[in-house]
Formats: sequence, C-alpha cells, structure tokens
Amino acid sequence: MATLIETISKGRKVESHRPWPRFTVDAGTWNAVAARLADGQATLAGLWGADDDVHMAVVDAADKALAVVSLDCPQGTFPSVGRVHPPAIRLERAIADLFGLLPEDAPDVRPWLDHGRWGVRHLLGRRVDVADAPVDYPFLGAEGESLHQIPVGPVHAGIIEPGHFRFTANGETVVRLEERLGYVHKGIEALAAGADIAHAAKLAGRTSGDSTVAYTLAYARAVEAALSVAVTPRAVWLRALMAELERLANHFGDVGAVCNDAAFTLAHAHFGILRESVLRVADDCFGHRLMRDCVVPGGVAIGLDDEGAASIRVLVAELGRRFPALVELYDNTASVKDRTFGTGVLSQALARQFGAGGFVGRASGRDVDARRWPGYPPYDELEFKVPVLSTGDVNARVWVRIQEIDQSLSLIGQILDRLPAGAARVEVPRGSGEGLGLVEGFRGDILVWVRLGGGRVERCHLRDPSWFQWPLLEAVIEGNIVADFPLCNKSFNCSYSGHDL
Amino acid sequence: MRKILFESLVTDPLTERPPSPDDAAIAELAAAVDRAARRRLGRSLAIREVDAGSCNGCELEIHALNNAFYDLERFGIRFVASPRHADVLLVTGPVTKNMREALERTYRATPDPKWVVAVGDCAVDGGIFAGSYACVGGVAAAVPVDLRIRGCPPTPTAILKGLLALLDASAAKNPERSSKAGR
Repeated sequence: MATLIETISKGRKVESHRPWPRFTVDAGTWNAVAARLADGQATLAGLWGADDDVHMAVVDAADKALAVVSLDCPQGTFPSVGRVHPPAIRLERAIADLFGLLPEDAPDVRPWLDHGRWGVRHLLGRRVDVADAPVDYPFLGAEGESLHQIPVGPVHAGIIEPGHFRFTANGETVVRLEERLGYVHKGIEALAAGADIAHAAKLAGRTSGDSTVAYTLAYARAVEAALSVAVTPRAVWLRALMAELERLANHFGDVGAVCNDAAFTLAHAHFGILRESVLRVADDCFGHRLMRDCVVPGGVAIGLDDEGAASIRVLVAELGRRFPALVELYDNTASVKDRTFGTGVLSQALARQFGAGGFVGRASGRDVDARRWPGYPPYDELEFKVPVLSTGDVNARVWVRIQEIDQSLSLIGQILDRLPAGAARVEVPRGSGEGLGLVEGFRGDILVWVRLGGGRVERCHLRDPSWFQWPLLEAVIEGNIVADFPLCNKSFNCSYSGHDL
Repeated sequence: MRKILFESLVTDPLTERPPSPDDAAIAELAAAVDRAARRRLGRSLAIREVDAGSCNGCELEIHALNNAFYDLERFGIRFVASPRHADVLLVTGPVTKNMREALERTYRATPDPKWVVAVGDCAVDGGIFAGSYACVGGVAAAVPVDLRIRGCPPTPTAILKGLLALLDASAAKNPERSSKAGR
C-alpha cells in the first residue's frame, strides 16, 4: 500500500509552498486521497477554495505526514470528497457558496453560509450579482408518530453567538438535531484578500475572539513559513506564554459554564473568578485582556518586563493553590455529576472519522495535539502531557479541560523559567510564497493557509476546529433529553464566528 | 463545598466599587430618555443581548459583567432571555446580512420604551468588517441606536460605565418620581 506522500507525489509539487508539501494533482489522485480519508488511513485537516482551485489538507494516520493536494477546476466542478467522507460535506457546501465551484455527486447541495442575503453569490470566485432574497432551506426529515419540532435561534436565550438548531423530539427525547449556521458570516476571507500582511493579521485575530492568540499565531506562522522568516527565540517563547494564558482563561470559563448549565452557580462563580484573574494579569502584562493583536507576523507586538513576569508567577501560584479545591467541588457534587456523567457521549469511531481535535477529540480517545505533532517551538523543549480519555461524555470533556489546566499552569512556569532574552520582533520582508500554519488553540487545531504576493495577501483561508466538531454535536445529542442540550453544547463550546468566517 | 462556603463568609467580597458613569454616555443619553420612560422604569433595567455577527470577544466581556468582580445585578441590571421582557437591547457585531432580519425582529419584539446599546467597534460602525459584502456595517444601519460603547472589545468596566449612565438617565434625579415615592 502506497503512503499518502507516494500517492500524491504523482502530481506536480508546488515549490513555493512551505513548510509542508503541496501537490497539484489530477482528478484520479484527488479521488484516491478521498478514498484514503474514507477508509480511515488519513484525516481531513481542511478543504477550501482559491480562485478556480480546490485544496485539501490531509494528515496521514500511518506515516504522520501532512500535505496539501490541489485540483484545478476549469469546468467549475470537482469530484466530491463528501460523497465518500461525510466530514467534508459542509466544507464543500461552503466552497460552493463562496466560489461557485460545485462538488460532483455531492450528497447535500443545500447552501450553507449563503442565506441569500448578500446580493451576490460566489464572491470569491465565479461572482454573480443577485437580488437579496432568503433562500428556501429545507431541513432534513424525521418520520414517526408523535414527533414534534423545536426551532431554536438564531437569537438564543443566553449571551451566546447566533445559530439555528432544529430539534425533532419524541416527548423529551431528541430524535434528531440539525444545525443551521452561517448567521455570523462576515466575509473575513474576502476582506483579507488583497489586504496587507499586518491588516490581515488583525482580521485573523477577530475570526474567533476567544482564540485570538491562537489565530494570530497560526496566521503569523503561515506568513513566516511562506516568506522564510525566522522569529527570535524570545518571540517564540512569549507567544507560547500568551497561548497558554489564553487556554487557561477559556478552560476556566468553560468548566464554570458547564457547571452553570447544570444550575451549579457556586462553581460557576468561582471558576469565573479564576478566569477574570487571568484576564487581568494578561491586561497588565500585554495591554489587552484577551491579548488581541499581540502576536504579529515577525514576532510579538509587545514585550514582557520583569514586573510582568513576576505578576504571572504570582498568578500561577495563586491558581495552583485555588484550583484543586474547585476540581474537588465539581467532582464531589453528585447532583452535577448526575448531569454530566454519561450525557452526550461521542463515540471514538465518530471522533476519529471527523478528526475532531481539542477536548472533543481527546475526551473520545484521540491522542492528538498540534503542539506535539506536527509540533512547533518552543513545545519541543517543554514537558507536557496530552490528556486523553475514552468515555466521550460531558464529564470527560470537562475532565480533559481540568487536566489541560494543570498542564498549562506547568507550561507557563517552565516558560517563565527559561524565557530567552533579546529582541522579540523582526522585520517581515515583502515577498511571495505560500504557507501553512497549524496551531493548537484551546478548542483544537487551527489551520491557516496563505498565498502572498508582493507584500500582500492574495488568499487566506482560516479553518476553525469547530468545522469538525459541530457535526458531532448533532450526533451526541441523539437519544438525550432536550434539557441536556445546553450541557452538551457547552461541553463542545464550538465557535460560531470561527466557523462562519 | 463546606470549606469553600465558609471561606466566602470570612473573606471580603471581591466585588469592586462601581465606576462613575461615563460622561460622554450621559450626554448621548440625555436626548434619548424622556421623563415618561424614567417614571416607568425606575432604577431597573432588563437587558437582552443580541450577537449580530461579533467575533465573540464582546460576548466574553459582557459575560464578565456577571462575575464576582463586577456583579452587574447589584445595580438592578439583569440579563433576560426574551426581548419581550427587555428594556435594553445590547447589540454586538457589525450586523451581518444573515443576522439583520433576526435583529430587526428582536427589536420589534421589544416593548417600548426601549433603548439600543451598540457594544464594540463593530457594532458602532462595522469596525474592521465595514465594507464587507456580508455586513450591513454597524447597528445603526439596522435599528435606531441610543448609546455607543467603543472598544475591541470594550472592557467590562467600559460597558458597566455605559450601562450605569443609562440607568442614571432613566431614573435618577427625577423630582416627579422621588416626590411620589416620598408620599
């Protein structure tokens, strides 16, 4: 059996693509890669359009290779990957909406991001001007006696992002959930096309506000790969410091929010205090509570002085002191565990098929973490464990977060101990090339692909981990009661904005 | 749990002193709030938050208003689930075209008197997403706006200042109301 690289290297290698190879292939090879995805030999890491091409990022399960395969679509069509590999379906629908490139024999041809409201179709590709009219969107059916539907959203009851959930229930039991997303589509990729590198970095940092550090880091790494820019050691370590602070803040918030959805407000309040204390130290050290625009191509925009480093040490010590008692509070409160235990179980097979990253994948047996593989500095010099659990329920997703909080606290300590001195930013030259960045955000692996020309961004694709997690939420709620949906949803905490772009 | 509860009894609350209401916001609101509305609402506001296309950064900071440090509810301000229970719509995001109708319908479902607060740079004028084919570009392009709170995202303190100004404008220093209350 040929390896992934052997399969795709029949195509033409694109020399300007770094650090992982990209091959332009024919339809036969494209289908061969799709078949590898379908039989589980490879995992889909991204599928996107650019002009008249489609690109697919693939990770091979066996030889641990990462590569991009590209197919030219002069007729405006390409062989559907979703036909044999369901995780590709929504990505293909998005490509059809934004580029007008149609997947042949696709199992689902309904629009996805395009709700008929833009006054234009296929803006990034085969542009057509149309009148503003909402598209007719048929939801998938569910047949049987005494079924009823519950439409929820796009405006939800809490302070959360907009999206539509269509539940079909038999009494209290959910028979089918179908998501409809795209409500927060802002046109980020169109705004980035033609922008200068610094402006596109700001857009990347506003793709999903809770992951602003991870996004700007993934984008910066893609740009730096494309232009062969080496950032300084201090910048590398400061970036990791910010990324771990971001992970901490989000995980504290998430664990508290899951408790809140089980009406355990005491824990919610205490986790909220920990989250706020992280944000305040981030603000003191880096001038912004969420550390927005702090990571830039070429390094970091703001340094860290000794006083700042000392305040982070105090923070880590304080969190290390207070966190264990809260974990005990969660774990020893039977009424909460009753809600989280055995609820919303994601099977290991589905997690593997969809290549789910982050706590969603790791709570269902996927031993993956972009910090470890493919890896990026400084994590190769740091000691950390990647927690993996197998039960796949809400409780497991909470526990992966709890263990990751411990790891991040340890990582921050290690980073501060060894933070190199020197400059934290280098000049980014004007140039051309293509780059891919893969970074582990708190929610999972974020993939950013850029094509640069003359100091500007020609195309930028940002793939949120949620693309491979949202569909799984539909699967885990099946057979659970409607009232457990908030718990399942919060334990996934998918990004609407990151997904809708 | 007992230990944590006991600790809360013997330690001082984390809740901080309220910031003074934002002067600029007071000026902007003076025009928006009439006396009849003040009489009806008193010192209480029910808020319905609407994300009209934000990156979720603003939502994080609005959430923070409920934590122990800011404790929004002590001011009589609370978040409600339905626009039909709301006095204020707190709107974030550049108003994507896909969310415009939902925002307009939420506005229409909110009973008068009502105010709209645009939170964050995107909500004020579209921010970095202004000019996109997919965005209307600011809340005011879809529904009337009474108060603007800038920032990307605005800090919880900045949002709190704006809301306190709204509260003051809608209630305080109202001689008619205080004389009635005195009877």
